[in-house]
Amino acid sequence: MATQTPYEVLGVKPNATADEIRKAYRKLAKEFHPDLNPGKPAAEARFKAVAAAYDLLSDPEKRARYDRGEIDESGAERPRYSYRPHAEGAQGWKYQPEGEFDIGDLDDLFSMFGRGGARAGAHGGRAGEGLSMPGPDRHYSLTIDFVTAATGGKQRLSLSPDQWLDVTIPPGIEQGQILRLKGKGGPGLGGGPAGDALIEVHIAPHPFFRREGDDIHVELPVSLAEAVLGARVPVPTVTGPVTMTIPKGSDTGAQLRLRGKGIQRKRRGAETSADQYVTLKVVIGVSDDPDLAKFLEDWAKQHPTDPRREMGQGAAQGAAA
Amino acid sequence: MIGFDELARRFAGLERRELVRWVENRWVLPEEANGDGGERWVFHEVDVARVELILDIRREFAVDDEAMSLVLGLLDQVYSLRRQMRRLCDALEQQPPEVREAIRRALPRAGGESP
Repeated sequence: MATQTPYEVLGVKPNATADEIRKAYRKLAKEFHPDLNPGKPAAEARFKAVAAAYDLLSDPEKRARYDRGEIDESGAERPRYSYRPHAEGAQGWKYQPEGEFDIGDLDDLFSMFGRGGARAGAHGGRAGEGLSMPGPDRHYSLTIDFVTAATGGKQRLSLSPDQWLDVTIPPGIEQGQILRLKGKGGPGLGGGPAGDALIEVHIAPHPFFRREGDDIHVELPVSLAEAVLGARVPVPTVTGPVTMTIPKGSDTGAQLRLRGKGIQRKRRGAETSADQYVTLKVVIGVSDDPDLAKFLEDWAKQHPTDPRREMGQGAAQGAAA
Repeated sequence: MIGFDELARRFAGLERRELVRWVENRWVLPEEANGDGGERWVFHEVDVARVELILDIRREFAVDDEAMSLVLGLLDQVYSLRRQMRRLCDALEQQPPEVREAIRRALPRAGGESP
């Protein structure tokens, strides 16, 4: 298990006032004080943890430094993350601006300042008469949004302010897939064919859609009334919103399928079809409503239920210990 | 590689909806974790360092969202150039001494004066 934050140790919110922190500390310190719990090492450990957490949070300066991530739970200096070694390291390429020139391709470097690439070689006298060579392939990276990746479409990749490639994204493209645009790479030398553009596609994560193969998954919040009484509600899909029927008596976790609303693609000429799965999440929304509270008081008396029954005896004993 | 909860633990001032917005703005590019409901994104070291960078810039220079896009865009360009320069240097280093000398002679001095 990950280390608890001092806020978790004291059971207070990260925005708790100094007063709330002091109260929480006093309560826990009393509960776990070694003099009141002789021979209980667990209580002593808790007491120490509570004291350490209070020591950190009761000092405004230490607390501010902890909140800024400068020191850790024990008050030790946390190593500063410097962004530069990461940006210049192997992973830094991810944050490279789109369509950035590639120094591995000297033509790119020359064209950046308006000079001829392959032609410059000829001036130097190195490229022989009548020499013919295919142009180099060029590598690019392109980030597209989740919906475009699912449905396909066109996306413009700018190479420079006045040069771009219109890239056709096939539906259902995968993260890291490489698209080859024939003849869109570097120009050939002496009548040789142009190279290809190789475009590595990255898919930006979506706030609520998720992909599993060609199926789309989404968690859909529904109100208590919609779950109990049933309803017709709009559901977002990658091709636009559709109306779905929530059956009467649904519950959190119920999974409904929207047939054919997953990723549709052509495979060897035939259309394949996948589905969207909608997992319901009941959201009460108005938990402090007096009418609802009054209704539930009467209702709960007549309908005792135990949603934790399946957690079994073990869990119950664990809580009691 | 860490998930959101571990990330939030490391930076006490970071809120979930804030981070979601950063990911939507493509300021931070986590990898999508497969299937796991609670932790949809995993953050590599470079992403963690980037979150800290954004928090730092915002706190120290009171930069708002719009200016942040500009700042990050410029920073990314600088780092991209530095990476390319490094590759060029590596390539120069591998050249025989006479080639390196020829390049050194051909390089005009900073400030525009010829050598």
